[in-house]
Amino acid sequence: MTLYAALGAVEQGMVYGIMVIGVYLTFRILDFPDLTVDGSLPLGAAISAVAITSGVNPYLSLLLALAGGFMAGMVTAVLNTKFKILHLLASILTMIALYSINIRIMAGPNVALLGVNTVFDAVTRLGVPAHYAGLLIFGTFAGLVLVFIIWFMGTELGQAILATGDNPQMITSQGVNTHWVIILGVGLSNGLVALSGALVAQNQGAADVGMGLGTIVAGLASVIIGETVFGCQTMARAFIAALLGSIVYRLAIALALGLEFGHFRFNPSDLNLITAVLVIGALITPNLKKRLIAR
Amino acid sequence: MIRLENVIKYFHKGSVNEVFALNNINLKLDEGDFVTVIGSNGAGKSTLQNCIAGGFFPDSGKISIAGQDVTAWPEYKRAALISRVFQNPLLGTCPSATIEQNMAIASLRGKRRGLARGVKARDRDRFRNELQQFGLGLENRLLDKVGLLSGGQRQALTMLMATMIKPEVLLLDEHVAALDPKTAGQILGLTQEIVKGRKLTTLMITHNMKHAISFGNRLLMLHQGRILLDLQGREKENLTVKDLLEHFYRAQGEELAMDSLLLS
Repeated sequence: MTLYAALGAVEQGMVYGIMVIGVYLTFRILDFPDLTVDGSLPLGAAISAVAITSGVNPYLSLLLALAGGFMAGMVTAVLNTKFKILHLLASILTMIALYSINIRIMAGPNVALLGVNTVFDAVTRLGVPAHYAGLLIFGTFAGLVLVFIIWFMGTELGQAILATGDNPQMITSQGVNTHWVIILGVGLSNGLVALSGALVAQNQGAADVGMGLGTIVAGLASVIIGETVFGCQTMARAFIAALLGSIVYRLAIALALGLEFGHFRFNPSDLNLITAVLVIGALITPNLKKRLIAR
Repeated sequence: MIRLENVIKYFHKGSVNEVFALNNINLKLDEGDFVTVIGSNGAGKSTLQNCIAGGFFPDSGKISIAGQDVTAWPEYKRAALISRVFQNPLLGTCPSATIEQNMAIASLRGKRRGLARGVKARDRDRFRNELQQFGLGLENRLLDKVGLLSGGQRQALTMLMATMIKPEVLLLDEHVAALDPKTAGQILGLTQEIVKGRKLTTLMITHNMKHAISFGNRLLMLHQGRILLDLQGREKENLTVKDLLEHFYRAQGEELAMDSLLLS
């Protein structure tokens, strides 16, 4: 792997790391497996791209994307809490609906961002080389999101979210309406995922309706890698691990894509298969270990 | 003060599995009453507590706490007035949060939660003091996750958390039944101390007749969703396990007599 490819992987790891932090919030903290993210990532991209091409400031477009993702997450959570639809099914329904909505937003399957101002222009104008601009911008955003989420989880509200995922009976007996906490948590998670999608779109110069495919699997893989490699003893450490896990995951993918076995090479389209195998492996290893030790 | 008027609760109403869980319960607890509740399985003890706590709503009747009609309040809203300790020690605390976080969550029971720090610096000393009074050695483990504690320690912590904000009524649902005898004794001692010291209105379910007699100032025996026995004052003080058993068998005997009447 060239240094250039490695830098690219780190950059990807950081921008998708914002998505991974969102996935960690639902999957691990709220105990809410949320497939909405496969739709809210392109939703963020679509909103941001359409906003920018209509002349909105690229930074402001990120906020719009965040708000859009937040609303998508709220829809899933309302379906689950108020209408008692199983969380997985509720999130699949929102995800499917978002596919159509995203095409509506973009008035087509994709929107190109050529020749328009993006968040990177502010940095490149200062003379930073283009291949470092991504690193700088994504690193800053990922860092800000990380600081925010660690701060937020330490607040009274954040602790209510933690307890809701951990022991709903306990937090209900403490006077918290778990429905609102879940709506807030899943909303926040998808807001972050949409923000991640918006940044990805600005970086690759286009928003595409298919770009969300496999988001949840990549998110889970990163979460699991992060936990295994960096640990999750405290809340702060767990979120840092999620972000670092995302970087390791992207590096591993870049390595795998560079591998050659005789005439065989991996295609980028093999990515989802590799990731699925990786997640399955990580999920069943603890179980297998237990069984082997028990023998 | 808490009051139940003509409370009726069916489970699976209209089906072959219909259970008449609470049969026209009328009950009034005065401020500071420490009431023990006994009864066989399915007598309606836990149903009664769940009805008060808002785990489900009664089919008819009225529940009021501290002068407010709470019959239609959801569980989380009633939590402002009620504290609970469950039989399962795992239900009362949050395992992946630390001891101090759990205490901080409990010290906001029924209040609005915002963006202020969950655990404030000034809380820590207070938490440490309160834990110290328990003598469980937890005062130096504020930053340990609660999942690391034993069942007894978790139940003691739950007991403390339940009373950080004085509840209008404290509900104890066989809260020592899952613990070993020694720990159970400790938690009961703690219960006695807290309830008496803070004059809490308390409803304690127990399976142990001795505990039912030796604790509290009032005793209820439930049977098939009815209050069979309501003893207080002198009557309760002079009560023995034998008396209780007699009451119980007499109640059952009456039923048998009725059955044989029907069948003959």
